[in-house]
Amino acid sequence: MRTHSIGQHLKRGEFGAAILFLLPNIIGFLGFTLFPIIFALGLSLFKWNLLTPMEFVRFVNFKELMHDPLFWKYLYNTIFLMLGIPISIAGSLLLAMLLGWRGLRGVIFFRTLFYLPTITSGIALFILWRWIYNPDFGLMNRVLSLFGIQGPNWLIDIHWAKPALIIMGLWVSVGGVNMLLYLAGLKNIPLEMYEAAAIDGASHWQQFRYVTWPLLSPTTFFIVIMSIIGGLQGGFETAFILTGGGPAGATKTLGYYIYEKGFVDFQMGYAAGISCILFLIIFILTLIQWRIGQRTVYYQ
Amino acid sequence: MNIIRTKQMMKWGIFYLVLFVVSFSLSVPFLWMVVTAFKQTEEVFDTSKLLPTKWMWDNFSEVWRQVNFGTYLFNSLFVATTVTILQVLTSSMAAFAFSRLRWRGRNIVFLLYLTTLMVPYQLIMVPNFIIMRKLHLVNTYWALILPGAFTAYGTFMLRQFMLTIPRDIDDAAAIDGCGYFGTWWRIIMPLSKPALSTLTILVSLSNWQSFTWPLIVTYSDRLRTLPVGLSYFQSSYSMDYSLLMAGSTMMIIPLIIVFILCQRYVVEGIQLGGFKV
Repeated sequence: MRTHSIGQHLKRGEFGAAILFLLPNIIGFLGFTLFPIIFALGLSLFKWNLLTPMEFVRFVNFKELMHDPLFWKYLYNTIFLMLGIPISIAGSLLLAMLLGWRGLRGVIFFRTLFYLPTITSGIALFILWRWIYNPDFGLMNRVLSLFGIQGPNWLIDIHWAKPALIIMGLWVSVGGVNMLLYLAGLKNIPLEMYEAAAIDGASHWQQFRYVTWPLLSPTTFFIVIMSIIGGLQGGFETAFILTGGGPAGATKTLGYYIYEKGFVDFQMGYAAGISCILFLIIFILTLIQWRIGQRTVYYQ
Repeated sequence: MNIIRTKQMMKWGIFYLVLFVVSFSLSVPFLWMVVTAFKQTEEVFDTSKLLPTKWMWDNFSEVWRQVNFGTYLFNSLFVATTVTILQVLTSSMAAFAFSRLRWRGRNIVFLLYLTTLMVPYQLIMVPNFIIMRKLHLVNTYWALILPGAFTAYGTFMLRQFMLTIPRDIDDAAAIDGCGYFGTWWRIIMPLSKPALSTLTILVSLSNWQSFTWPLIVTYSDRLRTLPVGLSYFQSSYSMDYSLLMAGSTMMIIPLIIVFILCQRYVVEGIQLGGFKV
């Protein structure tokens, strides 16, 4: 029984088929993702504390935000904490290349170990790192003292709290998701490419630069976008459980501020306002990356 | 000959050394967590002793006794499995539409998908809760499953991966008379195994660990998932760390199993194709 073949449809465009394929996903998407977002964003134009009725205040929330010193401070924190992202991505790529090496024994063993930090998230993780960063008997300072360095009072020192979080973030993310994605992407590179390059006399570095890196670009594109989106939104659990907002708010991010304003101070409209601005930043950055991607990402 | 062999062995030696150092430093927290699970409560913060003086296997059964661990485990399993299956299936169909079909408005709709990924999750929880209330689904399995099953993440990731599959394959399938569904199910899906396995791992992981949403949307003990259930160790027993670690260890084991099972497919592809820098 022959059903329609793709060839017959090419002239009409593939709209019908697209709808069928999209339908299951898009219904849930519209209902539980898109619509709530529109509602929440609209919320920023109101003042609402969940109990009394909503009060339409137009852009008052945004005006207050612009003059709110805490907002700018937490924005700075958020961006600072994202400095570890490029290092983490590079680390993931390196680990993926290590694990993909032909002739490597015990791949499953190593890969599982690399992934453990990602699985051990949550409360256990934070308790562990609080112990690691303890100034007197924590692991970090003990190791540093082996090299004769007097470690700082990590989580309590205003200047070291953020770097402490960056290091922790690096360690958590380097063997995780991104590494797995790079592994999948590396698998997709045909061996013949490397052979052809080698025949043309390419060195290892040149093979990486002209074969591996370009063919990995769709993966890199995804990883960078998701990392930046995540980085701008994140920091909530860390601030909440590990540092309690850090020495004098040094580790509070915008994500935390949204929670604080919404679920502690019960200023839902204001919290929605922060989300709007955060969303705008993310959106603009993603758009820029998308444009860059259209020119630099290579698809087979 | 021998010099070359020795050099090679040295290279491999350093290689494995690096791998071991990295794996060790990355697995320290897990090891610490497991070791703490065996300690007596007073010993937990005693940093002079790394290992417990007495291995308290009882801690594990104690967890089952003090809270409804069996119920929580079942709930987590049920919800995570359902969400994962839903996500993977619907996302791969949508990703197929975005990557291999040509239709008007494709890029705009995709950008819309991307956009929703950019909204801070704290904010989506309130409207979603209100929706659940209106649908009378609060404190049901639906409430735990539905919001997580349709995010844009899976679609984005699978679309990127599917874009790396050469178009010629679709054309070859079309020539053989394969319809859209056939192409999707019999050709693209098997080729996407690495990405699908990765997505499975990711979705099940994040769902398994999800705390805030289940906390908001369920209030009866019979519906609680593991993270929420375990958190009650904090209030009832003023942070009994060793029990908490015992519970956390048990909570992680299914994740490791899923990971080991799924990574086989990622490995398979790598071993077939090989990879040489």
